[in-house]
Amino acid sequence: MGLEDQAAVKRVADEHGNGVVVLLGTPDAESTQTLAQTVVAGDPSYAGPLAGVPLGLPVFHVFEPEVRDQVPADVYEAQVALMEMSLDREAILAGLREARRAGATA
Amino acid sequence: MELRGKKVIALGERDGVPGPAVAECASRAGAEVVLTLTACYV
Repeated sequence: MGLEDQAAVKRVADEHGNGVVVLLGTPDAESTQTLAQTVVAGDPSYAGPLAGVPLGLPVFHVFEPEVRDQVPADVYEAQVALMEMSLDREAILAGLREARRAGATA
Repeated sequence: MELRGKKVIALGERDGVPGPAVAECASRAGAEVVLTLTACYV
């Protein structure tokens, strides 16, 4: 995640406190893991404003069934469905599960 | 996890689902979107 984006996430998380969740639209397992790790445990590259800052935010992906089921079907179809068909959904969600496991044991 | 009533940071990506599309899903599910970003890795 870019340095300016990290700063924005940190500012918003600080402003809003515990009620904040992160919803990802990442295209592969690696980017999913990296972004999830950044907002849970801190910047893995130790370069940005979130270096050493474990925000511990709950992280979800827009492809997860529990997310999809809450979005009106026509909205999901228009905004997400095409990308969901063209990307490796299972790999992305496996990457998210791995990031959650790592976060839980950190 | 119920999105309704939650504050959501929408972190999209150019090669995946862009931030505004993630944000639209979250807001239509009843969440309040507090930040929308679209990462771009080249």
